[in-house]
Amino acid sequence: MTLLSLSNVTAFYGPSQALFDVNLTVAEGEVVALMGRNGMGKSTTVKVICRMLQHRDGNVAFAGRDLRALPSHKVARAGVGLVPEGRRCFAQLSVEENLIASARRGEWDLARVSALFPRLGERRDQLAASLSGGEQQMLAIGRALMTNPRLLILDEATEGLAPVVRQEIWAAISRLKSETGLSILVIDKSLKELATVADRAVVLEKGRDVWSGDFANLTEDVRSRYLGV
Amino acid sequence: MPRETLLNVLLMTALLAFPLWAHLADEPFLITLTTRAVIFAIAGIGLNVALGFGGLVSLGHAAFFGLGGYVMGILAYHAQTYTPLMEVPFLIEGTKSMPVIWLVAIVLSALAALAIGALSLRTSGVYFIMITLAFAQMFYFFTLSWPTYGGEDGLSIYVRNSFPGLNTMDPIQFYGLCYGLLMLVLAFVWALSRAPFGLMLGAARQNEARVAAVGQMPYALYLTAFTISGAITGLAGALFADLNRFVSPTMFSWHTSGEIMIFVILGGVGRVFGPVAGAVLFLLLEHILGGLSPYWHIYLGAVLLGVVLFARGGLYGLLAGREVAHD
Repeated sequence: MTLLSLSNVTAFYGPSQALFDVNLTVAEGEVVALMGRNGMGKSTTVKVICRMLQHRDGNVAFAGRDLRALPSHKVARAGVGLVPEGRRCFAQLSVEENLIASARRGEWDLARVSALFPRLGERRDQLAASLSGGEQQMLAIGRALMTNPRLLILDEATEGLAPVVRQEIWAAISRLKSETGLSILVIDKSLKELATVADRAVVLEKGRDVWSGDFANLTEDVRSRYLGV
Repeated sequence: MPRETLLNVLLMTALLAFPLWAHLADEPFLITLTTRAVIFAIAGIGLNVALGFGGLVSLGHAAFFGLGGYVMGILAYHAQTYTPLMEVPFLIEGTKSMPVIWLVAIVLSALAALAIGALSLRTSGVYFIMITLAFAQMFYFFTLSWPTYGGEDGLSIYVRNSFPGLNTMDPIQFYGLCYGLLMLVLAFVWALSRAPFGLMLGAARQNEARVAAVGQMPYALYLTAFTISGAITGLAGALFADLNRFVSPTMFSWHTSGEIMIFVILGGVGRVFGPVAGAVLFLLLEHILGGLSPYWHIYLGAVLLGVVLFARGGLYGLLAGREVAHD
């Protein structure tokens, strides 16, 4: 069953068009990689899904519900959990407070998040501002999970992190996929790691979806032409 | 024990010990002075919920302080003159019962804060400051020209209202009542600041978009905080009117809003016990500097300037460190 669907979505920043008829779907339990070089519209697509940016044309639907009329906080309540680019935890709250403040009723609670990221359990009383970049990223993911989402959106979740920490985050994403069956839309540039979790991929180029299909079918031609690898 | 907790304990112990000493030393004026400090502290704690936790710079909290005061004044006035407050569509009589007056003051102030907040929170920054100020001034000018309840001259109540089992005319007993309410308000606000609502309110102050991304509506958080804030300040207004047995439009004036804000800034914005320290410090300065010169506000201004420039966390920030603790 399709959980998230974007069809022919266009979006603008003032007079500048950022998205041109973008199509994207994420099914229940599916992990979809949204790929493309910098400035190609990945984060804009996320903003449209989360209603931080109004799309002009096309449809955005989540669990069969048109998101156009919903404000940002209701999209989150509907089940879209966002891990924003740049982590952005609540700096002046402790780890535990960050998690408690975001909590909504469901399977995810403090104990389960701590089991996924033991480091968060160890640092529960520490202010978020004092965590390392990797720990802040874990906290941002934990915070999104505490909202008990049906779809988790990870926007550049491993960017700028040390290789060891990146591995830890990817391992957690793998566990999320295998153990919970959570739908995930993941934006990242690490093809190698994406290959271990993503079922499908959508590639954006200059605001247009230029390729979509099973991740395993991502050809060398697509990689070199649109992803620069 | 963290330094902030130690300060809290010291402050509350001093507020208990000093009036007891004044009672034993037969110094009722000092008890009344401390009672004023405690009541101002409650008003400051009210404003702190909006200003300190929610970042809502309201210059109109005199509206709720005055409303609480007038609730007390009007209800007591009708009780002492044996005239009904209202007969149509149903009979409402006055009362001299403090718990009833407090309840009405809290409910009416909360409703006023809800209405004022619903409109004011559509703006932000300097516009929010001006619109809250404008609402308070509306109340001020309304009471100024309301002859039924004394207009410009205000309204005197002959005997302080009653509380079961206490002689409220006895300064120390009335002080005990105010101190008990202060403790209750502190406990409530402390719990609120650590509840998911309080945490999210603080988070919304930092970044509204992030709060929306986890399913919370910043406007609803602010409005709830503003309503709670108004209710607490209204309670302080009712107590203040009972302390003086007098209400006047001055309670609604922008000076009052400014003074409540000074309690918060002096003590420490966003600290649960900050306004308590701020109110005590304010009255100490008023008492000491006021004895030195009739122009003591100039010195108060200098102190406030010093706090804003060099101790931005207020007295609590200076003594307990600038970072708000989460112990």
